[in-house]
Amino acid sequence: MSAFLTDYLPILVFLGIAAAMGIGFMLLPWLVAPKDPDKEKVSAYECGFNAFEDARMKFDIRFYLVSILFIIFDLEIAFLFPYALALDDVGIFGYWSLMTFLGVLTVGLVYEWRKGALEWE
Amino acid sequence: MADLIAQYGPVWGFWLGVGQILAIMVMLLLTLAFILLFDRKVWAAVQMRKGPNVVGPFGLFQSFADFIKFVVKEIVIPAGANKTVFILAPLLTFTLAFAAWAVVPIAPGWVISDINVGILYLFAISSLGVYGIIMGGWASNSKYPFLGSLRSAAQMVSYEVSIGFVIITVLLLVGSLNLTTIVDNQKAGVWAWHAFAWPTVFIMFPMFVIFFISALAETNRPPFDLPEAESELVAGYQVEYSSTPYLLFMIGEYLNIVLMCAMISILFLGGWHLPWGPVEQPFLGFLVLYAKIWLVFFMFAMVKAIVPRYRYDQLMRLGWKIFLPTTLVAVAVLAGYVAYNGRPVIGG
Repeated sequence: MSAFLTDYLPILVFLGIAAAMGIGFMLLPWLVAPKDPDKEKVSAYECGFNAFEDARMKFDIRFYLVSILFIIFDLEIAFLFPYALALDDVGIFGYWSLMTFLGVLTVGLVYEWRKGALEWE
Repeated sequence: MADLIAQYGPVWGFWLGVGQILAIMVMLLLTLAFILLFDRKVWAAVQMRKGPNVVGPFGLFQSFADFIKFVVKEIVIPAGANKTVFILAPLLTFTLAFAAWAVVPIAPGWVISDINVGILYLFAISSLGVYGIIMGGWASNSKYPFLGSLRSAAQMVSYEVSIGFVIITVLLLVGSLNLTTIVDNQKAGVWAWHAFAWPTVFIMFPMFVIFFISALAETNRPPFDLPEAESELVAGYQVEYSSTPYLLFMIGEYLNIVLMCAMISILFLGGWHLPWGPVEQPFLGFLVLYAKIWLVFFMFAMVKAIVPRYRYDQLMRLGWKIFLPTTLVAVAVLAGYVAYNGRPVIGG
């Protein structure tokens, strides 16, 4: 196995052990806890009423807007990671290229702001 | 583990590595048990109450009693729920919360996996944390969890952006994604800690504050605990969960909080180095970092006790209209400073 993979093997083992521990915790109550579900107990909680309708209802469009904005800025951060490391190599030219890139995205943010995509009343 | 395999061969090295991992996990769970109690004690003290004080001396064993209570409760799965996803969600939260700790150095040389993209890995894992909450809220097929998980997801992704930009400012100073390198960059003493180092303190100290506040929002801590706002949404995405599935959610949440405390200590407060100089011995370093984690958590607990909860529109305004532009400008200015003057020699 290459040195690169040996570096990442512990993470895989860690994930495996954590998942096993989680499953273990989940199984414990199956062994020791009571199991007597009834109709009322397994109905959806709605402050004591019977549930009115299906819970998977329409929701606000702004949650979509936020997630779209998030994708844009998260990508921007993903581009900044290599820049922050290679800063010494790319120098002043690299810096102004990055500023142009950030500037374009800032124009987008200002546009969203002016259009009211960031307003929650 | 890589060095153990090199030293003891694949079989023994592997099992020693597994032993290390188990040791870290047990230490984390024990820390969690006492930090939960500490949280409740601080909260109680601020409100002039005593807090848990029945189980064991000063209530020290309260968390263990709680654990036993969780285990002997019935697992209720709602009839309308999507059962596979319902069970998978807390498992995912729990596993991911643990997995993040695989790259966190807890003392000089004490790290499970010393990968050279440590920060990027942490960033990725904490992004995945949203899935556990979305899955839990959707699978419950109940109105409160659904609304709570939507809110929680929007809140977490909003503050992840500012956390990302703040991490970039630290990377601009250090020039490495490896967490051990980031800590060793601050070894000269308190004037070299990224939060206070001259002359970048004017940018980095506000960044430290923004990271702290974003960490509160990212982990759904009060005053940003809107997904669980009990007066509006009962308990958010956790409403339909009982017994150990709920416990897994809670362990995951508190593990993330402790992780954020560790991140603040490592990125801004010098990691395992003492305020007056570097630390080389692993055990002493571990104690120093551990003390810093508890101090940062004390700040988390105090904020929970004394700051009133935000409204959702205020929360989004703070994230998108204040933190995002501020951090964006900070990254641009700091990058300009570093590009024209070279990376600052910290503490020199």
